[in-house]
Amino acid sequence: MVEKILEVKNLQVSFHTYAGEVRAVRGIDFDLDKGETLALVGESGCGKTVTAKAIMRLLKVPPAEIKKGSEIIFNGEDVLKMSKKRLSSFRGEDISMIFQDPMTSLNPTMTIGNQIMESLKIHKKLNKKEAEKEAIKLLELVNIPNAKERIKSFPHQLSGGMRQRVMIAIALSCNPKILIADEPTTALDVTIQAQILDLLKELKKEFETAIILVTHDLGVVANFADKIQVMYAGQVVERGTRDEIFYNSMHPYTWALLSSVPRLNTKGKEELYALGGTPPDLILPLKGCPFSSRCEHCMEICLEEKPEITKLSDTHSLSCWLQHPYAPKTERPAVLRGERDE
Amino acid sequence: MGKYIVKRIGYMFLTLFIIMTLTFFLMHSIPGDPLAHMAKKLPEQIRLNYYEKYGLNKPVIVQYGKFLKNIFTKGDFGESLRYPGRPVTDTILKHAKISGKLGFQALFIGVTIGIVLGIVAALNRNRWPDYLVMFIAILGVTVPVFIIAALLQYVFTVKLELLPTFGWGDFKHTILPTIAMCFGSIATYARYMRSNVLEVINQDYILTAQAKGVSPFNVVRKHVFRNAILPAITILGPQIAGIFTGSFVIEKIFGIPGLGFYYVSAINDRDYTMIIGTTIFFAALFVFSQLIVDLLYGVVDPRIRVSNDK
Ligand SMILES: Nc1ncnc2c1ncn2[C@@H]1O[C@H](COP(=O)(O)OP(=O)(O)OP(=O)(O)O)[C@@H](O)[C@H]1O
Ligand code: SF4
Ligand SMILES: [Mg+2]
Repeated sequence: MVEKILEVKNLQVSFHTYAGEVRAVRGIDFDLDKGETLALVGESGCGKTVTAKAIMRLLKVPPAEIKKGSEIIFNGEDVLKMSKKRLSSFRGEDISMIFQDPMTSLNPTMTIGNQIMESLKIHKKLNKKEAEKEAIKLLELVNIPNAKERIKSFPHQLSGGMRQRVMIAIALSCNPKILIADEPTTALDVTIQAQILDLLKELKKEFETAIILVTHDLGVVANFADKIQVMYAGQVVERGTRDEIFYNSMHPYTWALLSSVPRLNTKGKEELYALGGTPPDLILPLKGCPFSSRCEHCMEICLEEKPEITKLSDTHSLSCWLQHPYAPKTERPAVLRGERDE
Repeated sequence: MGKYIVKRIGYMFLTLFIIMTLTFFLMHSIPGDPLAHMAKKLPEQIRLNYYEKYGLNKPVIVQYGKFLKNIFTKGDFGESLRYPGRPVTDTILKHAKISGKLGFQALFIGVTIGIVLGIVAALNRNRWPDYLVMFIAILGVTVPVFIIAALLQYVFTVKLELLPTFGWGDFKHTILPTIAMCFGSIATYARYMRSNVLEVINQDYILTAQAKGVSPFNVVRKHVFRNAILPAITILGPQIAGIFTGSFVIEKIFGIPGLGFYYVSAINDRDYTMIIGTTIFFAALFVFSQLIVDLLYGVVDPRIRVSNDK
């Protein structure tokens, strides 16, 4: 029996700005099982980071507001109702997060050893000596050579990849049940990206941590995620297992994302697909399908009514009018077909 | 590190030499001379004798040569031209001590209060403590120091009769001038710290600390404070130097025999030796405190520490 560790129900987040209310997240639902990896995918500005921060209660209120009716349940406990004290233990011990830019996410005036030891002291109540021992162990675990010396280094003495390893060590130091990785490899170059992803995969097995992986690049999640959730303009437009999304996705936006992943099997020449247009302004109310202004298959109904959720399997569902019985039959784009036999 | 310091000290002396030379020639190009104030009353012969004695009748370049020789061979800056018999160095040190005492008190209090207010303001951004601090800071910047001084004198001496208006000697003489002087530093540091803290608070590493479960108080204490105060150290340099030269206005209003007061009189009197002595003293303090601040910055900021090693 799989155990649900996190449930997010109808999460809605707005930012109150001078220009108006920015409705960044507009009713997102998902579950996370113990030890599983869920990918949140979507282009810049679709609300991935806001969702992640909302789960950790890291959004600054105000300007942010988590709307009434939103629910975030961790292990049966209401995260939105946690006291300040409970939040301090929740963060770091139950759930932790690594950020996009390792160059700026470590404190420049503190040794990396002290930064790792800080959470060990808070949560595991270790004294300085024990914490230092543990910090060295953690650095070795994330494959940082010369760990004994390295704990005395300052962040600026490490490369980007090394710093991200340190961030991972900090995040995993107290054995959290959930690790949120917000674009953990976006700021790194390609070879380092692969190393960091491998490391995460390895550690995930070892620590049995569930991971929420945030990314705008489906290529990153291809052999990592168990489930994928595609987001657009603060909503989930399609979700499914990795295979369902890669081989059987039915939402035009998912198709666009998949088509823009560089592929090894296209024979050289073909240009990379790029989706035209920009996402809708999140201040304005959205009428109809949020993707309609950029969708090749847009129909009249798409401009008027919000598409309902269609379930294709227990795990696979999407919101698109093309699934309606009266809609014209539409095939998956040619680039995406025949992927399997490659 | 050692090499770096030696290099810095080398530059320091070069800078001082250039300043000294420039001042010397600029000073001599201002019309008037040390006897101008009594020129009309003096018989011609006495004036010429006086010029002869101090070498003022020689070409400027020759005077400059003699001046350098005295400094480098005897470390002697000469005597005041206005008050013959008073060596320049002694006069400067005597008055600088007075200015220094007052200036140090004012800077210490000003910086401490300013930093605290700045942090409080930033952490309460756009709420009343912030508005209050910014109001004080704006007053500190815009209200001229002599008005603050006059106001203090009026309240504490005329009305309450608690403190002396004027003079120098006891600790109680320093209270009003210190308060008047520290307003400026309070304003400067409060605004500076506020903007630094606001900047640091939005850094990713603060989010990391929060995500680790560090309590809000410790986030400020361990992560915000150090990073926000670092840049504040750099503006300390010129202010430390300013301590000893004193505030002319404050010294004049409160009748304090500090260096600022004497410097301005020396310029009015064309007291060449005093002017150049004081200028060099001020310049030396300035570059020296800048060096100290840079070294200090290296101690607190690990990023700088390493580049110094190279
Ligand atoms: N503090 C804020 N004030 C106002 N609007 C905000 C704020 N933070 C985020 N937003 C808005 O919320 C929307 C979602 O932002 P979010 O950072 O979640 O995007 P993202 O999916 O993580 O994109 P990226 O790939 O660029 O990280 C954006 O349109 C942004 O303009
Ligand atoms: S609902 Fe209409 S506009 Fe939206 S994705 Fe489907 S076809 Fe395109
Ligand atoms: Mg983001």
